Amino acid sequence: MKPNETQTATITILYFARLREALGKEQEDLVLPEGVNTVAGLTAFLRDRGGAWATELGAGRSVRVAVNQDMAGPEMVISGGEEVAFFPPVTGG
Amino acid sequence: MPVRVQKEDFDAGAEIARLREGNPKVGAVASFIGIVRDLNDGDAVATLTLEHYPGMTEKSLEEIVGQAMQRWDIYDALVVHRVGTLEPLDQIVLVVVTSAHRGESFKACEFLMDYLKTQAPFWKKEVTPDGARWVDARASDDAAAGRWS
Repeated sequence: MKPNETQTATITILYFARLREALGKEQEDLVLPEGVNTVAGLTAFLRDRGGAWATELGAGRSVRVAVNQDMAGPEMVISGGEEVAFFPPVTGG
Repeated sequence: MPVRVQKEDFDAGAEIARLREGNPKVGAVASFIGIVRDLNDGDAVATLTLEHYPGMTEKSLEEIVGQAMQRWDIYDALVVHRVGTLEPLDQIVLVVVTSAHRGESFKACEFLMDYLKTQAPFWKKEVTPDGARWVDARASDDAAAGRWS
C-alpha cells in the first residue's frame, strides 16, 4: 500500500455464553479505534461502553479471551483482521 | 483427527470397536463417559444446554489429543462431545484411549478429561426449579488439570 493511504483495521468480535446474553450481542465487526492494539486495550475500550459492558468486563469478573481461536493474554497484539472472542471460564465435559 | 462435536448421542461400544479395529497391538482400552446428573449444587436439574465455540472447540480438542499422544505411549485416542440441550441420564462426553498396557491408557484418559474440562470452549447452562443459570467453573477442575503440568 502507498505510504499516504490509510488502512482501516477491522476485527470481528464474538461473545459466548453468559457474556453473549448479558451484552445482548453474539458478534460484531469493529474498526479498531486509534490506540487500541492489544487484548487489554480492546477490553478497556469495550468496558467504556458502560452498562452491562462495564459490569461484565469489569474487575473481578473472570473473562477469557481468544485471538484467532487461541487463548490470549492481555498483552496479545491485535492489529486488524483478527477474530477475537470473549467468554467466561469454560465448563464442558 | 479423532475429535467430534455433535448433537447426536453416541454408542460407546461401537466407538471403542472402531478405534481398536484391526490393531492386534492394542492390549488395553480405557474409556470415560460423562453423563447429565439430575442434581447440581443442591438443585434439581431439568435440562442442561451445552454451548460451544465452533472451530475453536475442535481445534482445542485436537491440541489436547495431540498432547496426550506425545506424552504417553498410546495408539489412539477419541473424544466425542455433545452440544445442544440434554436431560438427566443423557450422555455428554466420551473419551477413549488405546494402548499396549493399561497404565498409559488410564493416565491419558484422565488427562484428556481434565484438560478438556478446563480448556475446551464449552459452556453449560442448566434449568432448575429456580430458572436457568450458567454453570460456574470449579476450582477443583483447575486443580485436577494442574496435576499434569
